[in-house]
Amino acid sequence: MFQRVAVGIVFLFVSLVSHAQLTIEITQGIDRPTQIAVVPFRWDDGGSAPENFASVISEDLRRSGLFNAMSVSNMLSFPYPGSTISFRDWRITDTEYLLTGTARTTADGIEAVIELHNVISQNLVMRKTVYGGHNNGRDVAHRIADLVYETVTGIPGIFGTKIIYVTDGTMMDGSKRYRLMLADQDGAREQIITESSQPLMSPTWSPDGTHVAYVSFETGRPAIFTQELGTGQREQLTNFRGINGAPSWSPDGTKMAMSLSKDGNPEIYVMDIASKTFERITNHFAIDTEPNWTPDGENLVFTSDRGGRPQIYQINLDSKRLRRITFEGDYNARPRLSIDGRYLVMVHRRDGQYHIAVQDLELDRLIIVTETSLDESPTIAPNSAMVMYATKWQGRGILSAVSLDAGIKYRLPAQAGDVREPAWSPN
Amino acid sequence: MKIMFKYLALSFLISVLVACSSTSTEDSSSSSDGMDSSSSSASTSGVGAGSTSVSDDNMDPEAGLESVFYFEFDESTLTASTRAALDAYAAVLRSSPRNIRLEGHADERGTREYNIALGERRAKSVADYLIASGVSASRIETISYGEERPAVSASTPSAWAQNRRVELK
Repeated sequence: MFQRVAVGIVFLFVSLVSHAQLTIEITQGIDRPTQIAVVPFRWDDGGSAPENFASVISEDLRRSGLFNAMSVSNMLSFPYPGSTISFRDWRITDTEYLLTGTARTTADGIEAVIELHNVISQNLVMRKTVYGGHNNGRDVAHRIADLVYETVTGIPGIFGTKIIYVTDGTMMDGSKRYRLMLADQDGAREQIITESSQPLMSPTWSPDGTHVAYVSFETGRPAIFTQELGTGQREQLTNFRGINGAPSWSPDGTKMAMSLSKDGNPEIYVMDIASKTFERITNHFAIDTEPNWTPDGENLVFTSDRGGRPQIYQINLDSKRLRRITFEGDYNARPRLSIDGRYLVMVHRRDGQYHIAVQDLELDRLIIVTETSLDESPTIAPNSAMVMYATKWQGRGILSAVSLDAGIKYRLPAQAGDVREPAWSPN
Repeated sequence: MKIMFKYLALSFLISVLVACSSTSTEDSSSSSDGMDSSSSSASTSGVGAGSTSVSDDNMDPEAGLESVFYFEFDESTLTASTRAALDAYAAVLRSSPRNIRLEGHADERGTREYNIALGERRAKSVADYLIASGVSASRIETISYGEERPAVSASTPSAWAQNRRVELK
């Protein structure tokens, strides 16, 4: 009996240190999702399929909140590209779209032919061939889900994108272990990018998605590091007295905006990564931090409490002309701009609760998109449709996501440890 | 203010007691499992604490001085009790100089990098007070951990109060 308990404890410990292992739970979708049937793919080789394409695609579409995927057990037939389709059979089950596919392995990897039919109008709306490497069946499935999503909704899909995030857990000896993790946007295929017994924070992507930057306390003080994802090669960018924080890559990838307190209080700096030269952007005794670039690379938005409370300001890098851009509420911080520059997401306090808010900069309208109380670190998906953020749920730090119009919500609870500071890949 | 301080001390004591009781539960279960590593380390620290604390009292002139200073929400101003504690510290540091490290912390509310800045403000306000009290600035290092290293991991007002702090090391 006691042996059993010991094994259980060891198992929990192992799962804590090796995987935070995120899984998606939809908490809110749209009222009338599009009905789609993803028929199990025909596997041309005769062998067993390396990935259950239909299942991954169905799950992707279902989690988007915009689709309802039909269960395989309810299907009356299993058509494939080129075969005859009995549209009436699909219409009586209220199916609106039908996806069929054939996959096979080639010398280069996996090749999948897909056909998307509109069941109502009975016509073929898309036929494509998708290729992937030998071990990338899951990537092929996500790519197909992206194609279906974009064809039906008109919005680019994000099923093939990645997220990075920070986890922290306690080892058996009581010591802390901080990790920077990389995973698919649905939490699958999680892997460790870097780990430390000292805090890791503020992870962010290079605009081409090949590198990440973050703050590490591994030297006993905070320092900004960059790391190439493919090779794991790291470079320490800064080692100043005081705060070295809040890194943000310029859209062209040549510069890094950051907050440094080497002058006595936190100021925004822009570093030229190749020449290692710095330009000081702000000059104020208040806190200036959390810079983020406008898509044209000509301005930064950042948090400053120069007005007494934290608010978001925009500064032109050339003229240094400054303007405040948030006016609602007494706490607006950590701005992130959508890739089209239209939406600003931030942490917004209302009635003492910290929520994620979206400000439409064209209509100059702010909406609060979360109901939980300790929400932070918003990051926008590359299709500008979803925002992921960190919150507390059942006493633990977890990641959640919400559409920019607040219509679709899901969370990614981890099995163990605290998860925080998500950053969505740029592509 | 005094009541607040007593409340903090009490809640801290409670959290220590809770921590102790949970540790002993773990120890007993693991020892009955036949895993001796955690129970032996627990007993080692128990013996060690008893024997070293006696010599500490004799050797360390700072023993008994408060070394964690607490702050109000979103504030970096020193409370009266913190100033009194720092006066005592400054007197010791003037007579037996050593290097000190001031670690600033924030509670979990608000954004992480803003909290890093807030923790630095708190550490600097303690540093400024010590410098004004005659401690050499060259002996003081400040660092902020923001909300990254909470003293108490809970989302409650008492945990937040214990996490808004500067630790003198």
